[in-house]
Amino acid sequence: MTILGKDLLGLAGLSREQVTAILDVAEPLRAISERAIKKVPTLRGMTVVNLFFEPSTRTRISFEFAEKRMSADTVNVATAASSVSKGETLVDTARNLEAMRIDMVVIRHPHSGAARFLAERIESNVINAGDGTHEHPTQGLLDLLTLREKLGGLEGKRICIVGDVLHSRVARSNIWGLKAMGAQVAVCGPRSLLPGAIRELGVEVFDRIETAIEWADALNILRLQLERMQLGYIPSLREYNRIFGVSRARLERAPRDLVILHPGPMNRGVEIDSDVADGPHSVILEQVTNGVAVRMAVLYLLAGNAPALADAAKGATA
Amino acid sequence: MTTPLLISGGRLVDPSQGLDAVGDLLLVDGKVAAIGGQIAGPDGAQRFEAKGLVVAPGFIDVHVHLREPGREEVETVATGAHAAVAGGFTAVCAMPNTKPVTDNQATVGFVKRQGEAAGFARVYPYGAITVGQMGETLAEFGEMVAAGAVAVSDDGKPVENSHIMRTALEYAQTFGIPVVEHCEVMALAHGGAMHEGTVSARLGLKGIPGEAEEIDVIRCILLAKLTKGHIHLCHLSTKGSVDLVRWGKDQGVNVTAEVCSHHISLTHEAVEGYNTNAKMNPPLRTAEDVAALQQGLKDGTIDLLVTDHAPHHYDEKEREFADAPNGIVGLETALGVNVTWLVERGVLTIPQLVDRMSTLPAKVFHLPGGSLMTGRLGDVTIFDPTRRWTVDPAQFKSKGRNTPYGGQSLTGQAVCTIVGGRLVHQLSR
Repeated sequence: MTILGKDLLGLAGLSREQVTAILDVAEPLRAISERAIKKVPTLRGMTVVNLFFEPSTRTRISFEFAEKRMSADTVNVATAASSVSKGETLVDTARNLEAMRIDMVVIRHPHSGAARFLAERIESNVINAGDGTHEHPTQGLLDLLTLREKLGGLEGKRICIVGDVLHSRVARSNIWGLKAMGAQVAVCGPRSLLPGAIRELGVEVFDRIETAIEWADALNILRLQLERMQLGYIPSLREYNRIFGVSRARLERAPRDLVILHPGPMNRGVEIDSDVADGPHSVILEQVTNGVAVRMAVLYLLAGNAPALADAAKGATA
Repeated sequence: MTTPLLISGGRLVDPSQGLDAVGDLLLVDGKVAAIGGQIAGPDGAQRFEAKGLVVAPGFIDVHVHLREPGREEVETVATGAHAAVAGGFTAVCAMPNTKPVTDNQATVGFVKRQGEAAGFARVYPYGAITVGQMGETLAEFGEMVAAGAVAVSDDGKPVENSHIMRTALEYAQTFGIPVVEHCEVMALAHGGAMHEGTVSARLGLKGIPGEAEEIDVIRCILLAKLTKGHIHLCHLSTKGSVDLVRWGKDQGVNVTAEVCSHHISLTHEAVEGYNTNAKMNPPLRTAEDVAALQQGLKDGTIDLLVTDHAPHHYDEKEREFADAPNGIVGLETALGVNVTWLVERGVLTIPQLVDRMSTLPAKVFHLPGGSLMTGRLGDVTIFDPTRRWTVDPAQFKSKGRNTPYGGQSLTGQAVCTIVGGRLVHQLSR
């Protein structure tokens, strides 16, 4: 059994040691992507299926790069989510994949719990690439890696997650990962987009973005899905921007420089203003770079490789 | 004509006559011929030695889904009625959310005849409140009652239109039947898959707040107050609902209520791991709710225990949590769950349990049975209140295997189930 066990389904329940191990492995692996020949043989001969039941561009591409740079054979399956009325069920899909003798599955699915459902039914390693509104652990990890670097550690640091926490798998993975690493976590957003039991998850709640900015070392700004307005969670995007939008004017009143994260894709002018997204404190593109490294680290560890050898692995060229 | 049956030496527990004493019971021609003390049975009587066992009026479950007509691959009236007697129930009331909906005399009659043909538990059909359970037009209560319906319900969903509910409560009085409401405000519950709380926040599942039930509970109580009709509230799941029913009873409203065995034993924590066998509607709620439901059952605010037996095909539950159907089977685990969580923990005494599983269901739904007084139906449940057993879903008589209690050890099991003086189930020991 690897340090992570068979699967990576979420950051809930991971220990500080486990999270640290992933981040420590990711750091040296990042160098691979900086080279002319971006390939090491670590996962040669392994078959990875990227099983996407939900449209995704960046997460899928990021996983695919991570797999290919580690020399895995990859297959992308993009399909509409299984529905009760038609199509193959998830359990049938799982059995079919298993019958083709694969090693790992990266799954993105619109339903919470789908990754775990799959993991319990196949022997291959399963990596959750986002399940419903539950977790998106590799996104959480890349946020942690970015923050650890920018803030010089995570212990005691204050991170505020801003926006639609209710529907956000990124928020949940961030909360568990950051808490495991000893950071202080807060959320800020309209109450209609925060789970009623949010405080029971051990986070602070700010109703005003100004207070959050005053408190925080970093803001992780979530994407506001446009359909939230249609479903009646907020009255308008305009008002959302006026009350919760992160603008340069608001950041300038902060007592310290804040690190600004966003999991993307951004709605410029809604949750984040362009001059913030493109500003000096934004680490949004570094998040994307770290995303590939973190996913390489997860693949590396789940494949049973020793954490301590990661530094050596990056040296090997194909 | 059945052979006379003499049950000797058991602990006779019959709340309808305040009886709790060791003695004999004689059933002749499908009826109670004598009860109490030592009875010398007639020649040729079949004899059953019940020493150490409780002999009670047959259990009645007023809330089951038998899936016939329409979903016979999931359950039939016969398999459901067989499961009932295996669990100690001598009568069940079958909900009308069949395909097609049991909203007319023909379908009501069909369900009743299927029950009679099966020859296990008595099957009393429900009729729908509205045509097709669409909430728009009242179904023909009078004809359905004439065909054997004992109550009306749109269970599975609420009657959202308050005018229709008001009319149903008025019209049902003509026939002396309760109107049975599944309490839920759909706009609040929409898309929800479990109780809204810490666990749903953690699992990223859309929650159903307790208030989605409670708002409908108080609406129905107020409409019953207005109409003086009899409202019976299905499967209460929250502390708030218990408080509201208590208020309604204090006001003299003709309101009765039921609670499911799973709601007095399990909490939303059971959903952890996306366990689809812990998915039901109303959902499992908090420990505080469980305690309030137990208390409500103890003090009589909640009248009776039910199962909401809801079989599903195994692969229907074998899917993503949000897509899995609601409901669990309960007929073959209810007695064990009730004894384990209510009697062993001191919430109810054995006579109180019999009251909530037999006497009161019969009284609230105006059914025969629920009593062992001389001349009454020879429907008897003989159970061992101390026997420990392990739930093995593969052994169920029901076609459904969807239970959260699989592999669990329970106390209390039916040993012998007698319907109309006829022994229809005996535990192989």
